[in-house]
Amino acid sequence: MEDTGIGLWGVPLAILAGAIRVSTPFIFVSLGESMTERSGRINLGLEGTLVFGAMTAYAVAVMTGSPWLGVLAAMAAGAVFGLIHGWICKFPKVNDIAIGIAMMQFGLGLAFFLGKSFIQPVAPRLPSIPLGGWSDLPQIQSALNINVLFVIGALLAVALWWAFRNTRVGLILRVVGDSSDAARAMGLNPDTVRLLATAAGGSFAAVGGAYLSLYYPGSWNEGISSGQGLMAVALVIFARWNPIGCFLAALLFGGAGALGPALQSVGVTQGYYLFYAAPYVLTLAILVATSSPTRSLAGAPGALSITK
Amino acid sequence: MTKFLPMNRRSFLQTTAAGAAAFGLAPSLITTPAAAQTALTVGFIYVGPKDDYGYNQAHAEGAAVIKAMSGVTVVEEENVPETVDVQKTMESMINLDGAGLIFPTSFGYFDPHMLAIAEKYPDMQFRHCGGLWQEGKNPVNTGSYFGYIGQGQFLNGITAGYASKSKKIGFVAAKPIPQVLQNINSFLLGARSVDPTITCQVIFTGEWSLAVKEAEATNALIDQGADVITCHVDSPKVVVETAAGRGAFVCGYHANQSPLAPEKYLTGAEWAWGNVYTKFVTEAQAGTPLGNFVRGGLKDGFVKMSPLGPGVSDEARTKFEATHAEMMTGNFAVYKGPIKDNKGGDVVMAGQTLAEDAIELESMAYLVEGVIGSTS
Repeated sequence: MEDTGIGLWGVPLAILAGAIRVSTPFIFVSLGESMTERSGRINLGLEGTLVFGAMTAYAVAVMTGSPWLGVLAAMAAGAVFGLIHGWICKFPKVNDIAIGIAMMQFGLGLAFFLGKSFIQPVAPRLPSIPLGGWSDLPQIQSALNINVLFVIGALLAVALWWAFRNTRVGLILRVVGDSSDAARAMGLNPDTVRLLATAAGGSFAAVGGAYLSLYYPGSWNEGISSGQGLMAVALVIFARWNPIGCFLAALLFGGAGALGPALQSVGVTQGYYLFYAAPYVLTLAILVATSSPTRSLAGAPGALSITK
Repeated sequence: MTKFLPMNRRSFLQTTAAGAAAFGLAPSLITTPAAAQTALTVGFIYVGPKDDYGYNQAHAEGAAVIKAMSGVTVVEEENVPETVDVQKTMESMINLDGAGLIFPTSFGYFDPHMLAIAEKYPDMQFRHCGGLWQEGKNPVNTGSYFGYIGQGQFLNGITAGYASKSKKIGFVAAKPIPQVLQNINSFLLGARSVDPTITCQVIFTGEWSLAVKEAEATNALIDQGADVITCHVDSPKVVVETAAGRGAFVCGYHANQSPLAPEKYLTGAEWAWGNVYTKFVTEAQAGTPLGNFVRGGLKDGFVKMSPLGPGVSDEARTKFEATHAEMMTGNFAVYKGPIKDNKGGDVVMAGQTLAEDAIELESMAYLVEGVIGSTS
C-alpha cells in the first residue's frame, strides 16, 4: 500500500515541481518590471495588471476557445495598462509610486467588475510539454509537465540579460535609467523610452496573469493572485535588476512556497503557518546578508525614484 | 458613534407604507395583514463571489429561493472582508436599504462584527451561519444556524473508501476550526466504515481562498499516494479540477461541482440553504420569534448529497443508499465510541454515542485516529 506514495522524496520533488509550477507568474512580472525599472521608472501597479491579465486571458479563452488568443489579449491589455501608467508619469511632479498604487487598485477593480460572469465557465488550458516520460513514477511525470510559458520565460530572461548588455536598445534603456540628463544630451527622449518600457513591462506581467488563470491553478476568481504581483516587483530589487537573477529568484520563491504543503503531506504537520512564511523569511535573510552600510544597491538604475 | 439615520424595521415599514399609500401603490400590500405578506428586506453578505462553485454560491442559491417569496426584497453584497468592513455593510443595509433581517454568512463575521452591530440595532434581526450562539451571552436579536454537513462528509467518505485503491485519501482544509475538523474526521470515519485500514492525509492551507496553495496542496497529496480528494475551502473549484486533472477521484463540498469533473466526481456534500432561509423569512413575516440556535441535517433538509457519479461502484452505491436512508430516520450517529484522537487520547468513550446534534461536536478540537495531520 505504501508503494504509491513516495515518502520523504516528496519534499524535494515538491520543491522542484513547485519551483516550476508556481514560479512562472513571478518570472514574467519580475522580467517586465526589471525592464521598466531599468528605464528609471517603478510600476507598482503590476499586481493590478497581473489580475487584469488573468481575467482577460480567461474571458477571451472562454469566448474563443483558444487559450493562446487569451494570452495575446492579455498582452494587449497589459500594454494598455503600462501605457496609461507611462503617460501619466511623464507629467512633471507626478510620483510614479503613487500612480502605480492607483493603477493597481484600478486594475483589480476593473478585473473584478468585468470578470464577474467568467468565474463559473471553464476555459481551455494552455498546453504543457511532458518531459517526465523517462520516469515510471507518475509523481515525476507530473512534476516535469512543463508549461510552454515557463520555457518562454526562461528564454526571455537570458535574452533580456544579453540585450541589456549587448544591444543598442539595451544601452538606450540603461542610459535613460541611469541619467535623464545624459540621455537628453544624447538626443534621446526619456519619456518616450520609459513609456515604451512600461508598456512592455505591463504586457509581460499580463502574461503572468494568463498563466495563473489558464494553466496553474487554472481558474479565474478574484483571489487568484493574492499578492503575487507585488512580491514579484519586490523580487526585482532582490535580484538587483538582473533578468537572470529575476528568473532564479522566482524559482526560489516558487520552491519555497511549495514547502508548506509538501511538509504536511509527509507528516510534518506542526507549525505550518511558519513554513508558509518561508519565502518571506528567506527574502529578508538574503537582503540583510547582501546589504552593505557603505555603498548603495549594486546595479540600481540611477534615475529610479527609490534610489535617488 | 451616532446613528446618522435612526431607522428601524418598524419605522421603515411605516415610511414605506406611507410612501406606498401616497403614491397610490397597492396599499393592500402593507395595510391588510391577513391577506398579503409583510414586506421584508433581507440582507445577505458574502465573503467571496456568489458564483464560486462553493460556500458563497450555496448561500446565494438559498437567497435566490427566498427572492421568489411574496413581499420579500433581497439585498446582497459580495466580497466583504471579515473586518470592520462587514460592520459598514450591515449598517448600510439597515440604514440605506431598510433591511430588517440580515444573514452575514461567513464565519469571521460573527464575533465581534455582527454582535457589535446587533447591540447597536436591537430591533433588527441577525442570523449568522456557523457561529455558536450562546444564550445569556449573545444578544437575543442574533442567532446562528448551521447544518450537520458532517453526515454528508461521512457519505462522501463511504464512496471514497470504495473508490480508493491506495487506501489513502486526502483532505485540503483551510483552517483548523471545529467545523473543518469535524468534516475531516467524518470523511475518514466514513471511509473507515468501508475499510478500517484507510488513512486520511490532511493539508491546511491557512486561508479560506488561496488558489495557488490549494493546487499545491492537492498535488502534494496525490504525490503521496492519495487517490480520492475532498476539501473544505471556500471554493472547491481549483481542488476539484487539479485532482481530476491528476486522475484522482474527488468528493465535492458546499455545492455541486460535478460539471467540473464529470468522470471523477463521486458525490458531494451540499448545503440546502433555501429551506433554511424560507423558514426564517416565513417566521419573520408572520411575526413569530426566529430561532436563535437553528441546526439541522440531511433529514431536516439543511444538507443534501450530489447525485452519485460514474466512479461509484454498485457495492458502494448500496452502502451509500443504506446509510443515507438510516440518516434520514435520524437514528444514525457518525461518532460512536470508542474513538481515539490521532495522538492516542480517548475522545469518545466506549459505549458513548454523539448524535449529530451533540453540542460537543461543535467545539471539536481534535483529529481522529487515522487522520495524518495536526490542528496547530
